[in-house]
Amino acid sequence: MSSTPSQSRTSGHDAGKPVGLSVNGHDLLFPPLPYDIHARADKATADKQLLDFVHVATYRKDVTRKQVTSAAFGDRHGAFRDLGAAIKQHTLDHLDHYLEQFVDNATAAGVKVHFAQNAEQANAICLDIARRAGAKLCVKSKSMVTEETQLLPQLEAMGVETVETDLGEFIIQLDHDAPSHIVTPMIHKNRQSVARAFERELGAPYTEDPQELTQIARAHLREKYRRADLGISGGNFLVAETGSVVICTNEGNGRFCTSAPRVHVAFVGIEKLVPTLEHLGVMLKLLARTSTGQPLTVYTHVMTGPRRAHEHGGPDEMHVILLDNGRTEILKPETREMLRCIRCGACLNACPVYRKVGGHSYGAVYSGPIGALITPMFRGLANYPDLPNASSLCGACYEACPVKINIPKYLIQLRAEMVSRRITKWSDRMMYRMWARSLGRGWTYRLGGWAQKLFFRWQARVAGTLESGDPYRARGWLNDLPGAAGGWTSQRDMPTPPARSFRQWWDEQNRP
Amino acid sequence: MKVSLFVTCLTDTFYPRTGIAVVKVLERLGCAVDFPQAQTCCGQPMFNNGFTDEARDLARRMIEVFEDSEYVVTPSGSCCAMIHDYYPQLFKDDPAMAARAKELVEKTYEFYQFLLTVLKVDLKSLGAKWSGRVTYHYSCHLRGLGMTDEAVRLIRQIEGVEYVPLPKAEQCCGFGGTFAMKYPQISGTLVRDKVACIRDTRAAAVVSNDAGCTMNISGSCRRENHAVTFLSLAEIIAESLGLMEATAV
Repeated sequence: MSSTPSQSRTSGHDAGKPVGLSVNGHDLLFPPLPYDIHARADKATADKQLLDFVHVATYRKDVTRKQVTSAAFGDRHGAFRDLGAAIKQHTLDHLDHYLEQFVDNATAAGVKVHFAQNAEQANAICLDIARRAGAKLCVKSKSMVTEETQLLPQLEAMGVETVETDLGEFIIQLDHDAPSHIVTPMIHKNRQSVARAFERELGAPYTEDPQELTQIARAHLREKYRRADLGISGGNFLVAETGSVVICTNEGNGRFCTSAPRVHVAFVGIEKLVPTLEHLGVMLKLLARTSTGQPLTVYTHVMTGPRRAHEHGGPDEMHVILLDNGRTEILKPETREMLRCIRCGACLNACPVYRKVGGHSYGAVYSGPIGALITPMFRGLANYPDLPNASSLCGACYEACPVKINIPKYLIQLRAEMVSRRITKWSDRMMYRMWARSLGRGWTYRLGGWAQKLFFRWQARVAGTLESGDPYRARGWLNDLPGAAGGWTSQRDMPTPPARSFRQWWDEQNRP
Repeated sequence: MKVSLFVTCLTDTFYPRTGIAVVKVLERLGCAVDFPQAQTCCGQPMFNNGFTDEARDLARRMIEVFEDSEYVVTPSGSCCAMIHDYYPQLFKDDPAMAARAKELVEKTYEFYQFLLTVLKVDLKSLGAKWSGRVTYHYSCHLRGLGMTDEAVRLIRQIEGVEYVPLPKAEQCCGFGGTFAMKYPQISGTLVRDKVACIRDTRAAAVVSNDAGCTMNISGSCRRENHAVTFLSLAEIIAESLGLMEATAV
């Protein structure tokens, strides 16, 4: 399709035409299991363009988060994170109590509250609501939970046209792609691919100007809001004392989705509860600053029940679907802390691995460090053996987390579970146990160190890289080691030990 | 002041000059340094890979080896963080051992944490001199110890050092122990990023204080044909105080 610059921005598209159907069980987020990260990660690290977007964007977000949180909280930042952590931990410790409180108060406000044990139940409840409402067109704001339940293809299959209205998600939907970041779903996409998708699916003239692209999306979406009879949202928080659903957005689409259509359905994980509005205040301050570096998101909606008789706006029906889908399994004391997550995305932005491999490499709805924890919990450790392991345990995620989830600690805990459940390869288990044994005695430790030195230095002599000079410093270099060590030398050289060890020096000094 | 050196397995074998430098600097500052010969490894490789029982055995050995020490000093943030962050947790079901683990935690310091917080060293007043353009690699495990710019503060106290901050200093070099071998492509991409940042500083020497990071970054510099000298903080301090022959850069 050729573009004609003289065409007005939106004249080329038909507002009534359905956008491209969402992909059912998108392979990017629901790959065949067990999932091996290497193929996608290796491809991503070799994709210079992808690296440029994801690395630059996440690095900038991480810098902004540090600047904004330090400007806002100063030396009380740590105390504020402790408070956020304590609020979430307390709520999780008494989740049954707060869930009941929420259900009572939401029901009193006129909300129909539904419980769903798993994705199928949650979708079935929503489809039933849509059917009874006779819905034809659904506008949807951003929700990771509906990605988790794969709701959209099912709505579309029963004839409800469903439009993602978050700009990033809208583009992802048009391009039959999948989100790769909890907060910034299209972080992996460039303007050219957006322009092509708009041209192809909406018949819009080709433009790479972000302003113009936004205007095209806006014009298309306005029309949808007007006609929609069903609105679907997620929920950033649930407030127990008031029975409110809280959503935080920056584009205003969330307000349209939840107030214009006759029926509003919110999909929310049961871990999103906070006890009171006062606690909500703390969480909102943390969320916006760590997530996007804003003091507050542009729109913060606290929705308590459907439209009342004297009110002009708002839906006639409001439903909240509380989803478990594996969350009560994580609620056991050993892993409960993981459920504190408020999906701010700060750990993704801080993570060196995420920066280099992007979200799709994780092969799941939730990517990055928090995804590496909860994906194996949700979908089986044996199905995602790489996720807890593909981390250098650098701890940047823990430092960034507004609710202080000790992600490295739990990654190690999952690794330990892999060992005890024998998911870790037999050969690895043997190797580490033998290694531990050799380190367990003074003489075997020395023997091991000596043998390693001898082998490495002999290899370096053969390779002709052995340096001469200070026996405690001069070393050789290897660039082609066998076996597992080949992973090292495929990327960088391996230094050999110098001729003499520290212990030899110590002995030579005739020290005690 | 009596100080026991925990040299760590990697420093013992791969970077003995760092261990020597630690001994010389501590002695110059008036400490009596001993080296408990029975020490081996803190157990971090086992622990990080999920071999908790094996790590616990090695931790017990460490606790016994350093039982009588007044202070334990180690030139590795990584091994120090292993002791601080995880030893008490390893013995959570054994209160007696947990108490002994806590004792070890309280007396164990990363080398330059010890210089700054216990010895309260001012290198300037000791006449520290070293000449050259230097950058510094912040190793990730210092986060676990709550350490930020301690090393930079010490480097800046040395007369003649032209210190250049490393861009993206807080981004991991991609070592991560066995991670470097199990996920070579990811690890390699990260370390090449680090080398590019080092290149940008045009520094003649990189101060890198964890043996693992140094093996990784120096190996990548060599592969990418970037000639630069690697020194531990102990080495540059020892050299600046005339305790070791100065490295020509």
